[in-house]
Amino acid sequence: MPKVTYIEHNGKEHVIDVPVGQTVMEGATKHAVPGIDADCGGACACATCHVYVDAAWLEKTGKPSGMEQSMLDFAADVEPNSRLSCQIKVTAELDGLVVKLPSSQH
Amino acid sequence: VSGEINRVIIVGGGQAGGEAALRLRHGGFKGEITIVGEEREPPYQRPPLSKTYMSGELSMERLLLRPAEVYGEDDVRLLLHRRATWIDRTRKRVQLDGGQELAYDALILATGSRARALPVPGADLPGVHLLRTAADVDAIRARMKPGAEMVVIGGGYIGLEAAASARKLGLNVTVVEAAIRPLARVTSPEVSGFFLDQHTAHGVRFVLAAQAAVIKGEEQVRAVGLADGTELAADLVVVGVGIAPEQGLAERAGLNVNDGILVDRTMRTSDPAIFAIGDCAKRPLVHYGGRMARLESVHNALEGAKIAAALILGQTPPVEEVPWFWSDQYDLKLQIAGMFQGYDHFVVRGSMEEKAFAMFYLREGRLIAVDAVNRPAEYLGGKALIQKGASPSPAALADVTIPMKTLMAG
Repeated sequence: MPKVTYIEHNGKEHVIDVPVGQTVMEGATKHAVPGIDADCGGACACATCHVYVDAAWLEKTGKPSGMEQSMLDFAADVEPNSRLSCQIKVTAELDGLVVKLPSSQH
Repeated sequence: VSGEINRVIIVGGGQAGGEAALRLRHGGFKGEITIVGEEREPPYQRPPLSKTYMSGELSMERLLLRPAEVYGEDDVRLLLHRRATWIDRTRKRVQLDGGQELAYDALILATGSRARALPVPGADLPGVHLLRTAADVDAIRARMKPGAEMVVIGGGYIGLEAAASARKLGLNVTVVEAAIRPLARVTSPEVSGFFLDQHTAHGVRFVLAAQAAVIKGEEQVRAVGLADGTELAADLVVVGVGIAPEQGLAERAGLNVNDGILVDRTMRTSDPAIFAIGDCAKRPLVHYGGRMARLESVHNALEGAKIAAALILGQTPPVEEVPWFWSDQYDLKLQIAGMFQGYDHFVVRGSMEEKAFAMFYLREGRLIAVDAVNRPAEYLGGKALIQKGASPSPAALADVTIPMKTLMAG
């Protein structure tokens, strides 16, 4: 199963096995990783699952859709590598993915 | 809540109950946490039931908020498929079916709501389904064969989402609605008209201002008879005529109820040791002059859980958000912030023809709500404006060349 590393704002790391086909958000919420709220459960409706994709993985995770980008524009502390984790589907290719979490989702 | 809190019982295993347990444990609560849930599944997301779970895109595994084993790791006791039957407030005990008693120091009622049944003859025939639980949708899905005739009774969000899911699966769909327009209770005539047009374009038939009077069939449902005598062929009937709060347990315990368990801003009931959160609670809306309302939403479930958990932990509760909602139908993402009731002016931004617009609702100049279709910036910007009680200029709201961010700064 692909492993995804979530790094909290304070540096604490969580390595989670995320089944192929689930999203990076689901890996975090199902194991209560602090720092991802994901209020809407992955419907791209709330913008509370913001993550920073590690530079080495940006190509493989792809670019946000127009809808996602519009939501991100309203998140706090947005960077060029910001994504909504509910929109990144885990594939075998993403085994080893590293994402950093913002200090707050609100 | 006074004194030391060592035992928390959460009655209700839905999203509110599950979130309360998580917030307590991960917020540092060291005592016992017990969730008593009537359904067989651990807490799961209800919104996808009429959307991606119904259309088969989302499995039960993904519907679960957290895998069952995580509750054990968190030392949260899950008593599933069990019913709480009585609260003894004097002895601070909850009685379960079968007679077992559990003691609490703090009790959280997250009992949710139940789908209203259709009060007509034949409503108990096989093939007639309410839509509230995963088990309901499993039963509906078993009858969702391409080409089958599905009649949806009730043109609210649940009914329309079910209609969209059924069209995706190739069923023929007719929606019967008692009001003269769908979504009459939850949005303006203009937005209702937009959704009516979209569903019609996707092949859904509507019978408006109509009452289902009888469900006909012998072994199973065959047709829906309307009050005017019209008969609609039906292999499957989905009833989505609203929900009623599950307040019986609270009422029998002598707590104050009135179409919902009455709570204050801290989600406390009339007994300070008992909280009520989620669908079953009726709470003051701080952005709308404190008027009491029952909110049927994920936002409300999560927020109530966070507030109750913070109070039990002796922490500062989060600031209330403006109520928010969403609905997915076909290629339309509807995002709603605020409560539109009582608006005296509206502004459209964007284009209904292009299926990307926002409808802003104002009252005495103040923005009170926004319905945004495929317009996330208008939703998020609108929500922020409502949160701060802003009175943006209607002309600026309508002008798509002025970014929402600029309006927020103004």
